[in-house]
Amino acid sequence: MRKFLLPLVALAALFATPALAALQVDVTQGNAQPLPIAIPDFVTTDPVGANIASVVRADLERSGLFKPVDPRAFVDKVTNINVVPNFANWRVISAQGLVTGDVVQQPDGRLRVDFRLWDVYGESQMLGQQFFTQPANWRRIAHLVSDAIYERITGEKGYFDTRIVFISETGPATRRVKRLAVMDEDGANPIFLTRGDYMVLTPRFNPTAQMIAYMSYIGAKPRVYLFDLETGKQEVLGNFPNMTFSPRFSPDGNKLALSLENNGNSDIFVMDLRSRQVTRLTSDPAIDTAPSFSPDGRQITFESDRGGSQQIYIMNVDGSNQRRVSFGSGRNGTPVWSPRGDLIAFTKQDGGRFDIGVMRVDGSGERLISSGWEDEGPTWAPNGRVLMFTRSIQGGRGAQIWSVDVTGRNERRVMTPGDASDPAWSPLIQ
Amino acid sequence: MMNISNFLKFAALSAVLALGACTTKKEAVAVAPPPPPPVATPAPPPPPGILPGSIQDFKVNVGDTVQFAYNEYNILETDKGTLQKQAAWLNKYPQVAITVEGHADERGTREYNLALGARRANAVKEFLVSLGVSTSRLQTVSYGKERPLCSSSTEDCWAQNRRGVSTITSGAST
Repeated sequence: MRKFLLPLVALAALFATPALAALQVDVTQGNAQPLPIAIPDFVTTDPVGANIASVVRADLERSGLFKPVDPRAFVDKVTNINVVPNFANWRVISAQGLVTGDVVQQPDGRLRVDFRLWDVYGESQMLGQQFFTQPANWRRIAHLVSDAIYERITGEKGYFDTRIVFISETGPATRRVKRLAVMDEDGANPIFLTRGDYMVLTPRFNPTAQMIAYMSYIGAKPRVYLFDLETGKQEVLGNFPNMTFSPRFSPDGNKLALSLENNGNSDIFVMDLRSRQVTRLTSDPAIDTAPSFSPDGRQITFESDRGGSQQIYIMNVDGSNQRRVSFGSGRNGTPVWSPRGDLIAFTKQDGGRFDIGVMRVDGSGERLISSGWEDEGPTWAPNGRVLMFTRSIQGGRGAQIWSVDVTGRNERRVMTPGDASDPAWSPLIQ
Repeated sequence: MMNISNFLKFAALSAVLALGACTTKKEAVAVAPPPPPPVATPAPPPPPGILPGSIQDFKVNVGDTVQFAYNEYNILETDKGTLQKQAAWLNKYPQVAITVEGHADERGTREYNLALGARRANAVKEFLVSLGVSTSRLQTVSYGKERPLCSSSTEDCWAQNRRGVSTITSGAST
């Protein structure tokens, strides 16, 4: 498989970005008032110009923070992005932002993509960038344009140029086939990495999005494996007599936290991926699993039923100072530390339902942000503003991936090829 | 999938409905043409013999499955007889090796249920070991909530899915 580091010569700002902030969206308020923005097809003789604009419109619409204006409503046509637009023609259709772009084929076969973001009411340019790429990579360019617009207007990093590793599901509930798969954040370019002759669960990306840790039942032995996306090679991690499961990388990618089972008891260990040495972090007769590192790598949140029911705990990365942080109702598990460090997302089981919740790392401020029958296993977008999770349909009628803003707004299904579960978001691809 | 108690209820209900149909349609039945004369049917073949020491022998005459209460992994009193029979059978056929599968119902998160399934499989294993079965003949594997027997979201179905299954991996008579 090709490395995901693509030949991309990037981005020289065309003009200095003016320091104006008239056009902005506060992401902490969710999508109460999505910003109307016009994104005409990029100027070119090639269909790729329309394709790029279409992906940018879809990205921004999906975020819930923007409302791309239907191009059929446009009264003006962009033919040259190097002249200042006639802003009045964009105010007529109530667009507050305008994105203009063009695509020029280079003598060496690459595409040069330029775009500008305009403040329609302020009548000024907010952003201008240029990319060079092979024609096959046009979708990535579109996502990079979306990320740049999102960041300029919200002040937060975008998350469109990212990938999702997940489990593709087919067949009846009693004989489910589960395959390892990856796709772009918008569901495009799905690739199946295993054939389905053995079950695969709980995949996670490493910080470079080149490696995937997951649990596989190869040979009917449930163990944690590593999949190298560059070479396509998979290898079992360590040589343990019993089940290993629930892997997650450290933020620097050099360590893996996971659970090892011994005589029916599951505890949390950390493996140094270079030396393959494991260090035990928990040692009690309770179930200890689902570890997730804090973004500074110094602490690990995990779940344990040592207090009588499944609850969320935090410990230092050496296993010291283990303390319970979830004290809300019901059972709470699958904690995942936000990339921003401020929140922990988790699964709450209460009153026969499973919901996704978030709380501060001291356990305060708990909020439920999803409302399915069985929602579980949250994963954070790299900017800490959006989550995906698995939604199981009652009665064994399948599983879907959904996303929701951390505010609890903008809940929507993520397009996958068939049923899907266990999403894990990649970091921003470098 | 239907469990035994539901099957019996269904069968009883079907019988009542059939009876009702007979009484209300008595006249129609009277004018119907007489049934064809009975034909002498050959006696059904005897059930095929179950080979002692075979996988079928273990499943049919011993029982390979025990149940668990919600989020529990202790062996239920009602299942101890089954495990005693399993141990006696395994002691009688010492060349047989088994893997105990631990399963959970859907009402738990994925990772937790993997750990819970491991607890259940180990509980079965320890019970068998306490009755003289060598640990070297017993493997365990947890499938968490990934391999349900029954896919309805009902208490009945969940009870069936919370199980430990002793599966023969080698040494059975064939």
